[in-house]
Amino acid sequence: MAKKKTVVPFQGTAEQEEKLKAVIASHRDIPGALMPVLQQAQDIYGYLPIEVQQMIAEGLNLPLAEVYGVCTFYSQFTLNPKGKNEVSVCLGTACYVKGAGAVLDKVCETLGIEPGGVTADGEFSVSTTRCIGACGLAPVMTINDEVYGQVTKDDVTAILGKYLK
Amino acid sequence: MDRIRMHILVCGGTGCSSSHSEDILENLKKELAYHDLDQEVKVVRTGCFGLCEMGPIMIIYPEGVFYSKVKPEDVKEIVEEHVLKGRIVKRLLHKEAIDEETIKSLNQTRFYEKQQRVALRNCGVINPEDIREYIAVDGYEALGRVLTQMTPQEVVDIVKASGLRGRGGAGFPTGTKWQFAMGDAPVKYVCCNADEGDPGAFMDRSVLEGDPHVVLEAMTIAGYAIGSHQGYIYVRAEYPIAIHRLQIAINQSREMGFLGKDIFGSGFDFDIELRLGSGAFVCGEETALMTSIEGHRGEPRPRPPFPAVKGLFAVPTILNNVETYANIPQIILKGADWFASMGTEKSKGTKVFCLVGKINNTGLVEIPMGTTLREVVEDIGGGVPNGKKFKAAQTGGPSGGCIPASLIDTPIDYENLAAVGTMMGSGGLIVMDEDTCMVDIAKFFLEFTVDESCGKCTACRIGTKRLLEMLEKITSGQGTLETLDEMEQLAYDIKANSLCALGQTAPNPVLSTMRYFRDEYIAHVVDKKCPAGVCKELLSYQILPDKCRGCTACSHVCPAAAISGNLREPHVIDKEKCLKCGACLEKCKFGAIIKG
Repeated sequence: MAKKKTVVPFQGTAEQEEKLKAVIASHRDIPGALMPVLQQAQDIYGYLPIEVQQMIAEGLNLPLAEVYGVCTFYSQFTLNPKGKNEVSVCLGTACYVKGAGAVLDKVCETLGIEPGGVTADGEFSVSTTRCIGACGLAPVMTINDEVYGQVTKDDVTAILGKYLK
Repeated sequence: MDRIRMHILVCGGTGCSSSHSEDILENLKKELAYHDLDQEVKVVRTGCFGLCEMGPIMIIYPEGVFYSKVKPEDVKEIVEEHVLKGRIVKRLLHKEAIDEETIKSLNQTRFYEKQQRVALRNCGVINPEDIREYIAVDGYEALGRVLTQMTPQEVVDIVKASGLRGRGGAGFPTGTKWQFAMGDAPVKYVCCNADEGDPGAFMDRSVLEGDPHVVLEAMTIAGYAIGSHQGYIYVRAEYPIAIHRLQIAINQSREMGFLGKDIFGSGFDFDIELRLGSGAFVCGEETALMTSIEGHRGEPRPRPPFPAVKGLFAVPTILNNVETYANIPQIILKGADWFASMGTEKSKGTKVFCLVGKINNTGLVEIPMGTTLREVVEDIGGGVPNGKKFKAAQTGGPSGGCIPASLIDTPIDYENLAAVGTMMGSGGLIVMDEDTCMVDIAKFFLEFTVDESCGKCTACRIGTKRLLEMLEKITSGQGTLETLDEMEQLAYDIKANSLCALGQTAPNPVLSTMRYFRDEYIAHVVDKKCPAGVCKELLSYQILPDKCRGCTACSHVCPAAAISGNLREPHVIDKEKCLKCGACLEKCKFGAIIKG
């Protein structure tokens, strides 16, 4: 579940704000614009803090409560930034049957955080995902855009090691 | 035009892309350029071939040679031996494709032999990013015929006569759905449900990635039939390749005039917009999907009014699944009788399944309705790996149920699956072997629905949570026979009182596993044992004194210091201290530690 509150201070730039305003302007007349605007806002900022939600609410002339409601309903919207390296373990049926649970446990244990969390240095965040459709390679974990297939819990340390500074 | 003497098809589906098919493509282009072959050999990045287990997959025509598990570094050898000298690289051939000395083509292998490809006919055959390749395989011909020679009612009639039913799960007759939306409202919408959320299922993604134009063509035909001028495709944001190719397809289609104003000079206008989901399973439910396109929290609405009367933005709307649409152009071109000749009495045509789990050939299969589960698992799937026994197959995802080994000869169609207590669903087919605990599987699906319940109605929001808690009690050894009765009662209450299909079907995994594997539930609550050895808290580890050599490896690795014993003497595990982590079992070289 998405965390309900932003814990990281907002540090948006003027450039980002300009981009967001352009997105809002180009969507203003489209029916059902909120979802596409939120998706692009998250691409711009990396997450959706309350400040960004406020700008969108004003821009699309919607109550802030409604914007917040949509943000927290969908699991892809995040109110907190992700780590520099995003570790994601697939818990779809095929991966689960083949032992993804043990892989996830090992990842969390190694990084010392729970799924949905970020390490203190902002380097790693861990999440679980539903099926990414690579069931033939189960169990699967992804780090950023790289996919690791047929992972066992013994592979975890070596895989994470590649991303350590 | 250059003479192309050879085509090399490389799978660019999500499965194969994850195992580096992009690098293969790049190496291939480099190698071909190096040998000056790039004018006579054409490289095509296709959609999914289906046999994902063996990926990345490469097929070379005209021979139809089928290479599997190709690595980027194998490319040099393939180009130098096969392309340049015509010598097939035998070590890379798919092992099923070699039969003594003869080399079989793709369609003769066991995996493909029993399949019949209608919805997937172009997947792995054409380049999905080039509209001309789609047109070359009769693409947009059905649309042309519909717009220039048929009335809307004739289109609906042919779809009705074909017997096509919704491939998204419930199996509602597609033609009837279209008929309902034919009234004379001024604005109507055509939607495509590409929010494929069932864990372990990727049929729709493969169609979108491998043959995106077929969906656009079918939606335009549907638009003409019901009198709509705007379509929406709601696709999961988790499918970046599919989204990318759909967008390319829409742009190419607009350029060629298959979308836009006055299509085929018929005066009919139609356009399609993509909308991305944002990770909510419930949005696969039709009313929730439309609420989401409108820009709200994706919560379902009560039906009636049905979408055909009052759907997206409160106007008549039809919503079909990707695979349903993928059948439409073929039905128009080949006729309703052709389609109705495949399948069983009430379930016509073919169905795509994702065969996953404990099975040798993981992948995408399309079979005529009425094929038995045995044929799918044993012939196409190549059986259960590691000599284990087939225990059950799960269909219908979190809304479905299990088919036990005793019913493996069940023919797969809508009616037969419903009769054994499961459903067709969108097409996930998960194979389980003797090491799978059925209580644990039921718990897994309930965790999923608890997580994905939108929270709008009480029966689903609280009911599924309570049901999950009961399952947790059972798997941790605190359940009793009464828990089973309570669970069954609650399951029926949730089914009866939930607003949408998510809640109405959420208890199915529990009811179905209780129906066929009651003995396993009883073993959990009465004997406090997990027969499959999965439920951690019911396990106990034991050292067999006659096998133990007293090497002390286990006592060193035990994090709880629960193992004691002298060197070269049998050790013992203190069950009070044991955390059941299994570390000792993995460490023991003599097979002296057992769990049970």
